[in-house]
Amino acid sequence: MDTPFAPTSTAAAPAPAGILHPGPASAHLAARAAARIRRSFRQIRTENVFRNALVITGLLLVVLVLGIFLTLVVQSLPSIRLLGLKFLWGKTWNPVKNVYGAFPFLVGTLLSSFLALLISIPFSMAVAVFLGEYQPNGWFSNLLKNAVELIAAVPSVIYGFWALAVLVPLVRRFETRIGVEQPLGVGVFSASLILAVMIIPYAASLGRSMIRMVPSPLKEAAYGLGATRWEVIRSVVLPYTRSGLFAGILLSLGRALGETMAVTMVIGNTSILPKNIFAPGNTMASVIANEFTEADKTVYLSALIELGLALFLVTVVINMIGKKIIDRFTNE
Amino acid sequence: MNNNHVKYRIGKSRGFQVLTIVLAFACVIPLIAILLFIIREGISRINWHFLVNIPKPVGEVGGGIANALLGSVIMIVMASVMAIPVGIMGGIYLSENKKSRLAYWCRLSVDILQGVPSIVIGIIAYFWLVRPLGSFSAFSGSVALAIMMLPIIVRSTEETLKMLPDSLKEAAFALGMPIHRVIFKVVVPVGISGILSGVMLSVARITGETAPLLFTAFGNPYLSGDPSKPMHSLPLMIFNYATSPYKDWHDLAWGASLVLLLWVLFLNIFTKLITRKWKVQL
Repeated sequence: MDTPFAPTSTAAAPAPAGILHPGPASAHLAARAAARIRRSFRQIRTENVFRNALVITGLLLVVLVLGIFLTLVVQSLPSIRLLGLKFLWGKTWNPVKNVYGAFPFLVGTLLSSFLALLISIPFSMAVAVFLGEYQPNGWFSNLLKNAVELIAAVPSVIYGFWALAVLVPLVRRFETRIGVEQPLGVGVFSASLILAVMIIPYAASLGRSMIRMVPSPLKEAAYGLGATRWEVIRSVVLPYTRSGLFAGILLSLGRALGETMAVTMVIGNTSILPKNIFAPGNTMASVIANEFTEADKTVYLSALIELGLALFLVTVVINMIGKKIIDRFTNE
Repeated sequence: MNNNHVKYRIGKSRGFQVLTIVLAFACVIPLIAILLFIIREGISRINWHFLVNIPKPVGEVGGGIANALLGSVIMIVMASVMAIPVGIMGGIYLSENKKSRLAYWCRLSVDILQGVPSIVIGIIAYFWLVRPLGSFSAFSGSVALAIMMLPIIVRSTEETLKMLPDSLKEAAFALGMPIHRVIFKVVVPVGISGILSGVMLSVARITGETAPLLFTAFGNPYLSGDPSKPMHSLPLMIFNYATSPYKDWHDLAWGASLVLLLWVLFLNIFTKLITRKWKVQL
């Protein structure tokens, strides 16, 4: 802060009337006081500007999200108006004939995401329990923790490329072995496998922090009654953290539903309803990625945006529920 | 009998412990497989020539990823310039106003934004910028990336500043400092490592993003530094070349994958170091 006695260029400043009487001896003092007052006014002004800037930034973030939502709604209006609810239940998607039914993509998205979730849950829960309960510290668990975080850091396009080059041939061989009609390799199953790997970290890291929050008196009481380690985990730790673990799984699901690139690269990209889990298909995100730049008709584009809107709404709802559960859990 | 039962319970406990450890470490197997595979496929491609040349047409040996590297750097810098000030200001706003109604909605918006699928952000940038401006452009791509950075920066800034003791701020206020100086001279410098790690994390995230760039930056096989024209980026190039049927392009994509992976890895390790330092300081 400036010192009050620093020389300031106050020569031209008029002394404020009524504060000091400008006499021959106090003229200098008066000028200095005036400068100080002006400085503090300036400071208050800057302070107000800063506060307003903060509020405007906050407002901007709200407007941004509202804008995203409204843009999606407005742009998908033509399709909503033309197709109505039939859009969601229509089984054919044929842009050439102007038929738009999103049911195959709905099925593709839900099938691949829930399958991925099913595959990943044992692994992510094992990581959560191991890092939260069995061995919270030490270099060994640190290594595992960092490795799991790294899974989240690898770009999804790299997962997709690896899956295309390594996983798809393996799946194809597996499909031939078990006698699937058309062993393509690409399909819902491959997409689920790579998705399962990608979503492990989200449920694992949240689950770990939840398990760590279990109060130790609870666990000690159970140990005191003679419970084994597994019994403590099963009847104290898991029931206590149930809602938190569920929230972590929900967040994983949110990720899986919205994941685009890796899925697009291995799911096979056909707009036909997948007959079984090995058949190729399409998810809502992958059909947008594939066809958005090709959409030449207003309705076509609008139908794709309606898919985006549905995706937006579903992920928002899932994330909000997960968030609510976490908040309640951490406040208890 | 009783003794046997105890033994059974202990054995069961041991069994589940082993199962947990096995499953937990099985998660790492795909990660290691991916890393090793990409290093094996990519390492032979990477040399100086690869980094400073643009891709050659199919059938010609050689070619590099200079256009994608330059595009990635340009778009990340543009996105950072847009997102970092807004994100930090937003974080400061949320940490200063914990209870107000706007803060509630703002926090909700940030949460929503964090969960929005990246492809939806791409659609938005298309309608907000590509359409009105009339062409695919690197600028619209960087706006999409900036939107993806915002929630990470806002959240990390808010969390960091909330953890600082109130006495720090009160001491500064008691000296008569105005709020903007308290924030920029006291609060932000103390929490800078937390804010910085959020920024680094967001940069690491957008470095690998492909989906928002599909309909915005679009890709460009030539070297371009013009933000109003289409531009390539590393992940976009990997996607385009990986899904092509040509062996030469696959090789190029493997090299690009390794470069991208090293880049993202470096950013993540750097962030880790920052957070560690920050914890020591507190």
